[in-house]
Amino acid sequence: MQLSVLTSITGVVVLACILELLRRQQLREKYAAIWLAIGVVVAPLGFFPTVLNGVAHKIGVANGASLVLFAGFILVLLVCLHLSWEASRLEAETRILSEEVALVRSKVGEHTVLLEALKADRQRTGPRAEPAERHEPVGRHEPAKEEQEVQA
Amino acid sequence: MNEQQKVLIILPAWNESEGLPSVLKEIQTKIPFADALVVDDGSSDDTARVAAEAGANVVRLPYNLGVGGAMRLGYRYAHEHDYDVAIQVDADGQHDPGFVPDLLAALDTVDLAIGARFAGVGDYAVRGPRKLAMGLLSVVLSRIARTKLTDTTSGFRACNRQLIEFFAHWYPVEYLGDTVESMVGAVRCGFTVRQVPVAMRERTTGTPSASPVKAMVYLGRAGFVLMLAMIRRMPERDISGRSPRTSIAGATK
Repeated sequence: MQLSVLTSITGVVVLACILELLRRQQLREKYAAIWLAIGVVVAPLGFFPTVLNGVAHKIGVANGASLVLFAGFILVLLVCLHLSWEASRLEAETRILSEEVALVRSKVGEHTVLLEALKADRQRTGPRAEPAERHEPVGRHEPAKEEQEVQA
Repeated sequence: MNEQQKVLIILPAWNESEGLPSVLKEIQTKIPFADALVVDDGSSDDTARVAAEAGANVVRLPYNLGVGGAMRLGYRYAHEHDYDVAIQVDADGQHDPGFVPDLLAALDTVDLAIGARFAGVGDYAVRGPRKLAMGLLSVVLSRIARTKLTDTTSGFRACNRQLIEFFAHWYPVEYLGDTVESMVGAVRCGFTVRQVPVAMRERTTGTPSASPVKAMVYLGRAGFVLMLAMIRRMPERDISGRSPRTSIAGATK
């Protein structure tokens, strides 16, 4: 059996995988472009593995297959580097998110305490004052100053 | 120090519910003018509840981020709540809050005051190869900071308002980031550092290792952290309130 049978089948399968992932919208656009370009280059090479021999000779590589191996290795290396970078970035972003969550949660806790105090206060002063005060909690999104006064 | 200063004690805590009440009580009796903030670093026990019952403010991280991540959250809290001084204290009772006034006094002249063992006070001693490794590290860091530093990995440190703002926007979160890298970063951005001799108590949990292999690993990692800290791009020092340029170590959007 000829080598080109194996390589052409592989090339087609890789391209099909990429297209299918794109079709299901599982790949973000920025990755999609890269992978589509890679697929389009790889698939024809599978059918005609010798097409790169000329290019290989010109740049000092013994034959086309070696050139493909070398280029493939460099590509995989770069992709790994890119993924490490993305993972670091995502980790930094999730860290920030978790910090925000913690800060918001502590703020909500403080607000709940304040709200309870307000409610208790209103119950003590009687229902007469209720309609006027009803709108107040809506406007209390910036209570940092008040909290300090309450604590002090 | 003056009496109007708002002082925040930041205690990064991970599963510290046993020791925390006594530590918080000691803080309240020895330095009643300071507020305590417990940063619950994704604990699986009831650290947050215990801390709240003991009268501390609590922020809870949804999952464990390590000391560096907890400290950055602490500095962000201090910055948002407009504190003048933030002091990092270990939640395991290693640090004696009685030395806090000494740190506050040092802040009159510098931006970052580090409570250091091996500086003449107390009988805390580290022996063996680890001592050698820590000694080497402290020599190098003393050169960088242009001041004598004998205990570079001390987690007992106070910083002033400008540094709180700086750390709220940029704080390294990786290994030794909360001690070595954050100090180098602050120095590189023009902040001043001085150490204050303090006594430290033996940790009740965990024993420092005396194995030479572990000391070498420690030295290697510390050296690597130090190298990264020296070559990493620092945020522009910016105290006008805008966030500095983002980076992985201290990204803030």
